[in-house]
Amino acid sequence: MPVFAPRPQSPPWGLPGRFGTRLLSALSTLTTPLTTPLTPDDFLGLVDPLLSARHPAGVVTAVRPETADAATLVIRPGRGWYGGHRAGQYLPVGVELDGVRHWRTYSLTSAAGAPDGEVTITVKADPRGKVSPHLVHRTPPGTILRLGPAQGEFVFPEPEATPDRLLFVTAGSGITPVMGMLRTIVLRRDRPAPDVVLLHSAPAPDECLFRAELTHMAGQLTWLRLHLRYTRTAARITARDIALLCPDWRSRETWACGPEGLLAVLREHWEAERRGGERPDGQRSDGQRPGGTEGPRAGSLHVERFHLTAPTAAPLTLADDSGGRVRFARTGVEVASPASVPLLVTGERAGVPMPYGCRRGICFGCLVPLLHGRVRDLRTGEVHDAQGELIQTCVQAAVGTLVLDR
Amino acid sequence: MTSTVTDQPPPNPMKAAPPLEPPPWTDDFGAELDRLRAEIVARRGARDARYIHTVIAVQRGLEAGGRIALAVSLLPPAWLAGTAMLTTAKVLENMELGHNILHGQWDWMGDPAVHSTTWEWDFLTPADAWKHTHNHLHHTYTNVVGRDRDLGYTVLRMSPEQPWHPAYLLQPLYAALLAPVFEWGIALYDLEADAVTAGRKSVRSLLGEIGRLLRKGARQAAKDYVLFPLLAGPSALPCLLGNLTANALRNVWAHTVIFCGHFPGEVRTFTEADIEGETRGAWYLRQIQGSADFEGGPLLHILSGNLGHQIEHHLFPDLPSNRYAELAPRVRDLCEEHDVPYVTGPLWRQYVSMWGRVVRHAVPG
Ligand SMILES: Cc1cc2nc3c(=O)[nH]c(=O)nc-3n(C[C@H](O)[C@H](O)[C@H](O)COP(=O)(O)OP(=O)(O)OC[C@H]3O[C@@H](n4cnc5c(N)ncnc54)[C@H](O)[C@@H]3O)c2cc1C
Ligand code: FES
Repeated sequence: MPVFAPRPQSPPWGLPGRFGTRLLSALSTLTTPLTTPLTPDDFLGLVDPLLSARHPAGVVTAVRPETADAATLVIRPGRGWYGGHRAGQYLPVGVELDGVRHWRTYSLTSAAGAPDGEVTITVKADPRGKVSPHLVHRTPPGTILRLGPAQGEFVFPEPEATPDRLLFVTAGSGITPVMGMLRTIVLRRDRPAPDVVLLHSAPAPDECLFRAELTHMAGQLTWLRLHLRYTRTAARITARDIALLCPDWRSRETWACGPEGLLAVLREHWEAERRGGERPDGQRSDGQRPGGTEGPRAGSLHVERFHLTAPTAAPLTLADDSGGRVRFARTGVEVASPASVPLLVTGERAGVPMPYGCRRGICFGCLVPLLHGRVRDLRTGEVHDAQGELIQTCVQAAVGTLVLDR
Repeated sequence: MTSTVTDQPPPNPMKAAPPLEPPPWTDDFGAELDRLRAEIVARRGARDARYIHTVIAVQRGLEAGGRIALAVSLLPPAWLAGTAMLTTAKVLENMELGHNILHGQWDWMGDPAVHSTTWEWDFLTPADAWKHTHNHLHHTYTNVVGRDRDLGYTVLRMSPEQPWHPAYLLQPLYAALLAPVFEWGIALYDLEADAVTAGRKSVRSLLGEIGRLLRKGARQAAKDYVLFPLLAGPSALPCLLGNLTANALRNVWAHTVIFCGHFPGEVRTFTEADIEGETRGAWYLRQIQGSADFEGGPLLHILSGNLGHQIEHHLFPDLPSNRYAELAPRVRDLCEEHDVPYVTGPLWRQYVSMWGRVVRHAVPG
């Protein structure tokens, strides 16, 4: 369940405050019968995408290079964006590339509750990636991005519930949600800041995101202790390092974000600690949940993964594959689906009610949202990384593991 | 088997009995068309997206302009300008936008605002009902007597295989009367009441569809015939007349374009036996022989939703319409190479030929 944080959003588009928002909504409702079957929103969105309530958008107001291959985008959200976020959450961003919209998620690096209503994301270009190099290198101010609601459970507690002692362990671009948390703490002037230890790893100083700001903060703020590690010249962080650098780690609530390897090390360490019987309360863990809270109360561990899509990573090599497995999310059915069998047929064989029409790729009567995974077009052999898109199940077959919204 | 009277002098190649077996080169022919399709799919991108977004912006601009001008349409020039703009907007909305977006031609952009599953059009029949009868039934069973309901829309006799009945004597009259109220005709037709009597559809689902149609019809009528005229105050009557004219002209135009797509004289029809075990290549061949293009400039093609490239549209119903123009000469060359008839001509000639066919089949034989 995504966590949403509603907050009245000051509209960034000129009209005065809440009054403007209300006026526009009221006018839209009144004029709907005149624009049917379209909505007034369809006309407003043409005038200015930021005015659209149905298709939330934001405009990039500034792009700040962070390292050679990373940049921070400052985004002013429009009327339709579900205003506000909690520190640590991420923002779904829709980017148009060669006419096609692609969605990716980026952790919000701006403080939650910043008064100007602008938000920032910090993107590291994956040289082999599709969207991130475009965002970092080819996105001028003025670009319109589609926005989803901020979401995610890797969130920083509300002021009342914030523990006194925190530990952050991050690596690479995994610093981003934590940066949002640190900036949020700075912004909360009304209460004493918690005691924070940040252990961050980057390949080298010039590749370290926010290095200047972090060292500056650590110099200024008494509550922040920073340890930077450069893994090109030093070893990667281990469990022993954590105990050495932060001897009281057990008494801290920990947030970790970074590559799978780092998270695995941490998880093992926390697990071992729990099994080791050092647990004072003798409680049992209820297993692991991705992106949630793991472990006991004292020293509980929150983790965030940037690669939620482990099952899709493997099938990339499956060009000569033998199909895969399909899970139908609504019906809960999971079956194997051979490479040459349309997903429509797989669904029907498994007793899942599937929409269909011509059964040969003409009518689009068989569209089903692909929640997760990849498919191959049986007509062209092309593999689509079509997550979140509607696919024609009558001419698409499974590539690896995928999930359909059916 | 097909014997059609045409206005054109060249002998109709399809008068010969159709080959029972698809020609031996059918598979290669199909593969060639598959390659054409793949080529366009690979090339479609930002330019195409810009095209459809431009059409959308122009259409909405014209619609807004037309409504504003009709609000002061007591002034005759405002009436003329307003009616012209609104008619053009409605034509674009139905043909280049609605028809093509509902075909999924723009789904590849991943834009939920321009998507076959979310689009609703300014036409009486609800998008879902139309997608079923048009995208599924008509595009799959194109010109198969007994399967393609678009072959005469269940009220006209368009091929000698359809049994004759005295009621067909007046069909030129029905066809002409249908034109100005085409959207009503299509809406009733999409209800598929005949499918209920044939047992292919339940009464319950028919009632549900009638409900949906009435609700949409009420919204459509309220907008054009009540709300905008009322808002026009002293110009109420001319505004109402302008809206009526725009809808009627759009209907006549849609009727013309659509009837010219499959009914010009030498387009052939098929039997259910012809499509048994049909391969992809044979399906392509049937689409070509069952459709007719018409010729004209770019503006004519945009205003007809690029259905002047009906053959290309039937081959590749899901390719963006702005690409049909470049596909047409290549499809035509391919047809010439294989001696496959490719029916095309100026719009007026196709139109005359279409009426010839309506008249011809009004009488027995
Ligand atoms: C919760 C969450 C928060 C995130 N926050 C951030 C953040 O703050 N900052 C940030 O920079 N990123 C963040 N990410 C990651 C981000 O969402 C993107 O995944 C990342 O930017 C890469 O996107 P891309 O389009 O450039 O790469 P993609 O095109 O999606 O490719 C991803 C990887 O897959 C590989 N790949 C793709 N196609 C193929 C192929 N055909 N064959 C072989 N390999 C292939 C590429 O090598 C590439 O490394 C976050 C992710 C999540 C889930
Ligand atoms: S069932 Fe028609 S496109 Fe798939």
